[in-house]
Amino acid sequence: MIEIHNIEKSFDGNPILKGISCTFETGKCNLLLGGSGTGKSVLLQCVVGLMQPDLGSITFDGTVFSNNKVQVRQEIRRKIGMLFQGSALFDSMTVAKNVEFPLQMLTPEMSREERRDRVEFCLKRVGLENAGEKMPSEISGGMKKRVGIARAIAPNCTYLFCDEPNSGLDPLTSLKIDELIQEITYEYNITTVIITHDMNSVVEIGDHIIFLYKGLKLWDGTKDEILNAQVPELKEFIFSSSLVRAAKRIDDETHSGLVKP
Amino acid sequence: MVKSFGQFLLFMQSMLVRKERFAVLWKRTIDECVTIGVNSIFIVAIVSAFIGAVTCVQIAYNLVNPLIPKSTIGYMVREMTILELAPTITSIVLAGKVGSSIAGGLGTMRITEQVSALEVMGINSASYLVLPRILAAIFMFPLLVVLAMALSIIGGYLAGSLTGSISGQEYIEGIRSDFIPYNIVFALIKSVVFAFLVSAISAFKGYFTEGGALEVGTASTTAVNNSIIAILIADFVLAAVLL
Repeated sequence: MIEIHNIEKSFDGNPILKGISCTFETGKCNLLLGGSGTGKSVLLQCVVGLMQPDLGSITFDGTVFSNNKVQVRQEIRRKIGMLFQGSALFDSMTVAKNVEFPLQMLTPEMSREERRDRVEFCLKRVGLENAGEKMPSEISGGMKKRVGIARAIAPNCTYLFCDEPNSGLDPLTSLKIDELIQEITYEYNITTVIITHDMNSVVEIGDHIIFLYKGLKLWDGTKDEILNAQVPELKEFIFSSSLVRAAKRIDDETHSGLVKP
Repeated sequence: MVKSFGQFLLFMQSMLVRKERFAVLWKRTIDECVTIGVNSIFIVAIVSAFIGAVTCVQIAYNLVNPLIPKSTIGYMVREMTILELAPTITSIVLAGKVGSSIAGGLGTMRITEQVSALEVMGINSASYLVLPRILAAIFMFPLLVVLAMALSIIGGYLAGSLTGSISGQEYIEGIRSDFIPYNIVFALIKSVVFAFLVSAISAFKGYFTEGGALEVGTASTTAVNNSIIAILIADFVLAAVLL
């Protein structure tokens, strides 16, 4: 479980995060939902240690991460897997080498054979068992995301962070990536945090959703509760999705008797 | 300017703390030696051979006094090559080739979040990406400078012989006269300093690139400009201090 307490972050005196407190639960897909510029990415960067918050604390399973010793932070970081928005694959390495890289760096005690087996297992787990020898430039955006997931889970991560895993993907591939992330979360009982503004993801995999608006946490709950949330900003965000609008229209029409069930 | 210099010093410090395992560092350094050194042999060879040739022909053109022996041409080619042309011109050429490659490579890694990916994994990205490049440059620049010295002198010999400006025997007599071994040491010291400046400045510019493709290009250009200026300043300082 990751606990965030009263995180504040400003850039040049411009507050981006204004005292956010929330919890990312283990074994669940925790979604950070919000429009562009609401501070989702900044919050995620603070959580994974790419940015230092001005105020507040971040705790990973009871161990304080922010403001702790470098060694402690390093230990926690080694349990973190991250899928970046642009996948961030090392373009000088093959797909298999990309997946092997964290194993090589973080677990030097592993033998070459053990590493090869783990790479094969991870690539198979994301459905890319035949793509190991390809270069990142030779595979599609969806495949890159899968490689990113394989690389993240290779060293048995405890925490998985995904920065807009669906960006730039078609709806079908997005759905498959969402399902893969959800399966991995349940299978390995890890804490998964996903940044998204895609309502499809919310409906599909949102076990725990946190809605950010202008650097504030305005709401949190489950995917079953979100459609009935009484927060105007959240309602506006949800119903800006044409998919949700269409679903609501059908629902209204069905209930009003215009469309016979 | 002062802020940038302070940031540069902190960057150098961050590279040296939490270093990667020796085996990783060694492998990365050898890889970079190939990129920085072996892949630069061709351009260094071409430039140095022609510089030696042109130096020989131009000295011969200016040396019209019949009282000055022709072997002076060989002597002057050797002195100019060892003291200045080989270390400085080679380093300037490498600043263009290697410096832009380091800045462009790191800049691209930064904007495509590859540097962030390393950091999230708990790897010191500065140590993993930059330290091997600097070590490789420090190791390879002197070797390339030695190669440049030899090829410049050979270029001068060939140019002098082919144009009839000086006979081969006179040229060799010239390059063997009044040789001061310390000049070689001085040239190698210069090449090590220039190697550090080119690789560290270019890495600094690339590592802190922000934005997109345009900024990567700007970082590469700035890296080359700053490296060349740094080489020229260091050249003067080293000459004043060590000669």
